[in-house]
Amino acid sequence: MRWRGVLRTPIGGSAAALLAAVLLLAILAPILWSDRADAIDTSQILQGASSAHWAGTDSLGRDVFFRILVATRLSVALALGATGIGVATGLLLGTAPLALGRRVGRLVTAAVNIAVAFPGLLLALFFAVIFGVGSTGGLFAIGFAIAPAFARLTQTLVAKIAGQDFISAARIAGVSRPRLLVRHVLPNIGEPLIINATIGAGNALLAFAGLSFLGLGVQPPGYDWGRLLGTGLGSIYVHPEAALYSGVAVIVAGLAFNLFGEAAAKSLGHRTARTKAAPPSPRKDSTVDASSDAVLTVEDLWVTFNGVSPVRGVSFGLRRSEAVGVVGESGSGKSLTALAITRLIELPGHVSAGRLSFLGTSLLDEAPDRLLGTSMSVVFQDPMTSLNPTMRVGGQLAEVARTHQGLPRRGAWERAVDRLSAVKIPFPGRRARQFPHELSGGMRQRAMIGMGLMGTPALIVADEPTTALDVTVQRQVLRLLDSVRADEGLALLLISHDISVIRQVCDRVLVMYAGRIVEDLPADGLSLARHPYTRALLGAVPSLETDRSLPLTVIPGRPADPSALPPGCAFAPRCPLADARCRQDDPPLESTEDGQRVACWHADIAVGVGHA
Amino acid sequence: MRELRFEDVTVRYGTRRHGTVAVDRLNLTIPAGQVVGLVGESGSGKSTLARAAVGLTPVTDGRILLDGEPVLHGWQSRRESLPSAHRARRPMQMVFQDPYSSLDPRMTVGASIAEAMPRGLSRPERRAEVARLLELVELAPERAEVYPAELSGGQRQRVALARALAGQPEVIIADEITSALDVSIQGTVLNLVRDLQRRMRLTMLFISHNLAVVRYVSDHIAVMHHGRLVESAPADEVLTNPQDPYTRELLEAAGQGPYQTRRSR
Repeated sequence: MRWRGVLRTPIGGSAAALLAAVLLLAILAPILWSDRADAIDTSQILQGASSAHWAGTDSLGRDVFFRILVATRLSVALALGATGIGVATGLLLGTAPLALGRRVGRLVTAAVNIAVAFPGLLLALFFAVIFGVGSTGGLFAIGFAIAPAFARLTQTLVAKIAGQDFISAARIAGVSRPRLLVRHVLPNIGEPLIINATIGAGNALLAFAGLSFLGLGVQPPGYDWGRLLGTGLGSIYVHPEAALYSGVAVIVAGLAFNLFGEAAAKSLGHRTARTKAAPPSPRKDSTVDASSDAVLTVEDLWVTFNGVSPVRGVSFGLRRSEAVGVVGESGSGKSLTALAITRLIELPGHVSAGRLSFLGTSLLDEAPDRLLGTSMSVVFQDPMTSLNPTMRVGGQLAEVARTHQGLPRRGAWERAVDRLSAVKIPFPGRRARQFPHELSGGMRQRAMIGMGLMGTPALIVADEPTTALDVTVQRQVLRLLDSVRADEGLALLLISHDISVIRQVCDRVLVMYAGRIVEDLPADGLSLARHPYTRALLGAVPSLETDRSLPLTVIPGRPADPSALPPGCAFAPRCPLADARCRQDDPPLESTEDGQRVACWHADIAVGVGHA
Repeated sequence: MRELRFEDVTVRYGTRRHGTVAVDRLNLTIPAGQVVGLVGESGSGKSTLARAAVGLTPVTDGRILLDGEPVLHGWQSRRESLPSAHRARRPMQMVFQDPYSSLDPRMTVGASIAEAMPRGLSRPERRAEVARLLELVELAPERAEVYPAELSGGQRQRVALARALAGQPEVIIADEITSALDVSIQGTVLNLVRDLQRRMRLTMLFISHNLAVVRYVSDHIAVMHHGRLVESAPADEVLTNPQDPYTRELLEAAGQGPYQTRRSR
């Protein structure tokens, strides 16, 4: 269980121990020490601390130390009871929108929202007056005072779950609303609720102590910590121990609840990172030789996260005004390769390479911030999240010119408008003054490309730039990338899972599988692909010419897991041509006489497999 | 095997004055035992139409008919006094786009599938039915004990298919069921869908933004644009002789043949 992980953290472990001690005391203390706590001894009235009475005695000569121990049960029970009432009421109110339907639910939500606005203690005092002075009154007062916050939390959690498709699926299946709530919603929101209830219990304990201290809570002859603190306070100048020790008891118990809740929230919130060592074995792949017009040279690039290497020795080069596409499935390492080149991999990720040079400068040793803004630009998948929603589009573009080229405000704005027109945005002057949400998805992606063109880039790295866009818009953005590349003589590195996207724009295609390049071939030579994976990939995607009477080519099995790679070729478990050698030795990426590269022991006979 | 018909269906979100019309007076018939593919870009109203068909979104105007009868959805049919035979089956089922959110992470695969079954089956009957359905979607019956977290995206989508079939539906609505899957997995799910549809003679509305995928699966193709149906005809006709300019645009965008490149264009 994941809860066990909570106990393993230092804070979680000690908080749990403390909590257990408090609960144990609550159970045992009244059984063991009730007599001593209630024994009246008129000869020992209002004594200070002594070896016989560790915390002194009260006005009837009763031992305060034992009274504090015995009061644990009532204090904790009242706190738990109040929390229980609060959580139950909160759950009822919070799930009401789902259980009662939209119209009634909206009323309940509005009521809860108003209740949340009142301070908790004020509500508690208000309820305490209504329910009357005493422990039952206090119980309901504090319970109802914490209910709105819980109702709100439940509402938020329920709303998140209710939007999930599995709830819709259950509704279509005719699952009734109560059952929907019990089977699907509650189990999925249980964890945060339990954590918050634990923290809430700590707060309820403090609140109850406060009420009793004010005389609104527990009434004599009953006593809890707040009551003891109140009576002890009268003689605090004569012998402070009575008040002090009750205070300490409240703090310790409150801390136990709160710390445990916090620790649980912390360690349940984080998933433990996998650590499995995959020894990086040096490999010599044939590389494209770095000619004079090389923009980017990558040799033996590795990206490692906690001992797992999702990118394993990638080598390729990119020349001026060349467009190269990287294609692969999720987990193939294509996006990480792009991030490594743009130096955007963050800890705990680690990038190493035999050589990683851009325009003759090594990207490995120097801080490339300047290069990133001026000579290399990046376009990401989701233009909505890569633009700042609170800044005007033109302002965001201008910012690049002001930071990197030191242009004045006016000049930077003019450049921004000019670049927006370069990416064929109609009415660039007006568009520049708009906010990202006023632009369509395609427009936003154009603006992102325009931002990349604010400097004088030599390379555009585009990571799935059209995946979030519609097919018709997709084509316009691809055409734009292509024309920008041609007009400005840039190199383009296009990452995509969709081979048809790559085919539209690129000269050369790099096919990646399990962190390695398995084939490097010209885009118009895809029909002559030699690697079985490339061929299967082409056959698995239906096109408008696919024969409808035949089933699609299927790649059996699932994509390779970078933390558990087979010893030989990573594709061998899914490959129809795999033999003993494939399962033993990983084939190197070797150049063929026509300048292509392929990593397969059977590159010569692969023709005829997959899509023919 | 039943016919699903949308008659003048309008779905409006929000108020009459400030709302948006997601589906605008749409007429579409899905003949019994056939597949109609519905294409259109995001925001064109395809998913709203799907949700309206299964009753997740209220229809503002118009009717959705199953063999000429208004559709009763799961919870409606239980509330209203209907003969129990009617109550037992869920004539329409839906398979969702995202296999990661369409299965309850706290329920085993078997429990998720069993939940969609008609009521009144005994425990062993349910277990046998779960095993049969899992085999139908080419998963090992032992997978019934597993939680969704242990399955890959493609496997989850098969479970979602099995759950849809558990309701013994006559109509299945598949909403972008392959777009969240990896390319190499997509093919297996498409093959499975086609195979099941043919074997069980299901009536199916297959929704996708990808024209090539729709073409591969469907007998008829319908095109939606801004909430309206702009084209609806047998698949070959739509592909060879598109009437609407938007359809032509879609075709052009998808028209990059498997080996067509920038150079050869």
